[in-house]
Amino acid sequence: MSDTAAHEEPELIQLLTPEGELTEHPDYPLDITAEEIRALYRDLVLVRRVDSEAITLQRQGELGLWVSLLGQEAAQIGSGRALHEGDMAFPSYREHGVAWCRGIQPKELLSMFRGASNGGWDPHEHGFHLYTIVIGSQALHATGYAMGVQRDGAVGEDGTAVISYFGDGATSQGDTNEAFNFASVNNAPVVFFCQNNQWAISEPLERQSRVPIYKRAAGFGFPGMRVDGNDVLACLAVTRAALDNARTGNGPTLIEAFTYRMGAHTTNDDPTRYRDKGELDEWKAKDPILRVRRYLEANGLADEAFFASIEEEADKVGETVRSQCRNMPDPEPLDIFHEVYAEPNVHIDQQRAEFADYLSSFEGAGAEGGR
Amino acid sequence: MGTNLTIGKAINAGLRAAMEHDPKVLMMGEDVGKLGGVFRVTDGLYKDFGADRVIDTPLAESGIVGTAIGMAMRGYRPVVEIQFDGFFFPAANQTFTQLAKMRRRSAGKLAMPVVMRIPYGGGIGAVEHHSESPEAYFQHTAGLRVVTVANPEDAYWMIQQAIRSDDPVIFLEPKRRYYEKTEVDTGASIDEVTPMGAARIARPGTDCTLLAYGPMVKTALQAAEADTEHSIEVVDVRSLAPIDYPTITESVKRTGRLVVAHEATLTGGPGAEIAARVTEECFYHLESPVIRVAAFDTPYPQSRLEEHYLPDLDRVLDGVDRAFAY
Ligand SMILES: Cc1ncc(C[n+]2csc(CCOP(=O)(O)OP(=O)(O)O)c2C)c(N)n1
Repeated sequence: MSDTAAHEEPELIQLLTPEGELTEHPDYPLDITAEEIRALYRDLVLVRRVDSEAITLQRQGELGLWVSLLGQEAAQIGSGRALHEGDMAFPSYREHGVAWCRGIQPKELLSMFRGASNGGWDPHEHGFHLYTIVIGSQALHATGYAMGVQRDGAVGEDGTAVISYFGDGATSQGDTNEAFNFASVNNAPVVFFCQNNQWAISEPLERQSRVPIYKRAAGFGFPGMRVDGNDVLACLAVTRAALDNARTGNGPTLIEAFTYRMGAHTTNDDPTRYRDKGELDEWKAKDPILRVRRYLEANGLADEAFFASIEEEADKVGETVRSQCRNMPDPEPLDIFHEVYAEPNVHIDQQRAEFADYLSSFEGAGAEGGR
Repeated sequence: MGTNLTIGKAINAGLRAAMEHDPKVLMMGEDVGKLGGVFRVTDGLYKDFGADRVIDTPLAESGIVGTAIGMAMRGYRPVVEIQFDGFFFPAANQTFTQLAKMRRRSAGKLAMPVVMRIPYGGGIGAVEHHSESPEAYFQHTAGLRVVTVANPEDAYWMIQQAIRSDDPVIFLEPKRRYYEKTEVDTGASIDEVTPMGAARIARPGTDCTLLAYGPMVKTALQAAEADTEHSIEVVDVRSLAPIDYPTITESVKRTGRLVVAHEATLTGGPGAEIAARVTEECFYHLESPVIRVAAFDTPYPQSRLEEHYLPDLDRVLDGVDRAFAY
């Protein structure tokens, strides 16, 4: 069951070829300046650096886990930069590039993977919900939020749009399919952005779907399209169009960004057990960063000094990420009881008091742990 | 025939033995095939039994349990792997409303020989939803059997017993103990080893009964060892539904004290149930109230706090001290 229809590569919307040639797409014209393309290049390089630093930090025992975005930078930066300030994003757990676009500091992400917090940023402040680990749940949250946007009358020219991120594996979940249906019957202003990176841990796309994922949208009654997920410009153009559609009252869209997870699923995973190295080499040739660089170079839109300055900035970002991670304090034990309920709660109050007593019984007890 | 095995490898060997014994036994779940599961518990089975018996399913827990129910109706014995405790919840509906009630609903015409394997519990430094102890939900649901193992010997035999059972069995695997290694008598007969419903005296003692199951058994044994003032009896409960009360109450009647330790949250946890029942049955033998040592009534915290959240050696000893304070 290797090459099923799910793998077909038709109508892959592309604006920038792997060789770095800019093409035009009749449906997705992109009005963009050289400066903006350079800015996208910067984003891509910097989030890749955050990612590689985090992988190293995990290996050094500073993080419990890291979920790498390697290879998916264009899908995330392209879609993330298409968002307006008031828009709301509902990520999964790999969306470090989108988080970057929403102004979430890398240290917030690290703190979650270090186990110092459960992801403590303010979703409303950033228009970026917390990472969701239970696969598919956030597609429904996004849809419900979009239904709220509708009821607030925030649909129209300057309306609010909502975007939900998930992987190809997530399209198997009931929640995701229920979200498609709720969004459709309510004509909710939500964009479903599936990063099809071809693998759900060890399971290839064929174990999730027999049809290309974007085609599922038709069955729910809204448009779906497949974009080259390694092409930051195409991802930007297509997501912008879909978000505008949503914000102006034209309902949901499913975008399938066809991309590839170049690293392991997480730092706990060993992809050599289930996939060929040849596949990786093939995708390396489609690297999302390389093609932007090729374009900028071939068209004389950036010189060596520009690339060097971005490298330098990346080094600084890397340093910051490392020191912020290493210097992150552990939470206080009694933090366990914080923010469980909004209202006073006797169970929590009693257990907190008992535990505080218990902890204080160790004070001055020396190295033996209190006994 | 003794073999030194880890809990993880013992379950793997038990699964293999069950598949060899009965061609109707099959594995289902996310990543159980080529990868052998994220904890490698199904390692090698795909290679040796093929894709029809080791099924890499779509990423959908409700789908996994729901189709396992259908497979069981067709005469198969599906062993379903739920990748982590926190991902059981999407399958809660199929488990609680369908799997648990099918036999009763069909007046006994439908058997549900489905085993749901779930790596559970904390202590591995994971991100959220990877460290839950949901046993009380299962225990509270009539129609399910709930068991958990604490050593390789039980792991090897109980998984086979679970698979042979015609009832749905929730098989909880203490993930932080997967790598504990001891001798397993793989040459014994399944009909002679301790049945999966029975509790086990893991360490005899005379002054206080310390009850635990799954990942906490090791901690309980350490606590019993550490308390040099008293003689602590450790009982490994093994089966949470049904619970082998005779073994427990006999122990408590001998020792006069009971401490129950678990990773599940306190309120409505397995300890509450055991305490109530033991109080009813052993009231005049008890020298002190039944003491519970459990996780707090809060969501499982970020991993940098889990050492405080999980009842550790000191917290268990503190519970024992409280029992002796009366
Ligand atoms: C409900 C649920 N089941 C299982 C898991 C364990 N798990 C984490 S990531 C993953 C694969 C996800 O694949 P996909 O949706 O394609 O996203 P990707 O990780 O490739 O971005 C699985 C099975 C989970 N997090 N949630």
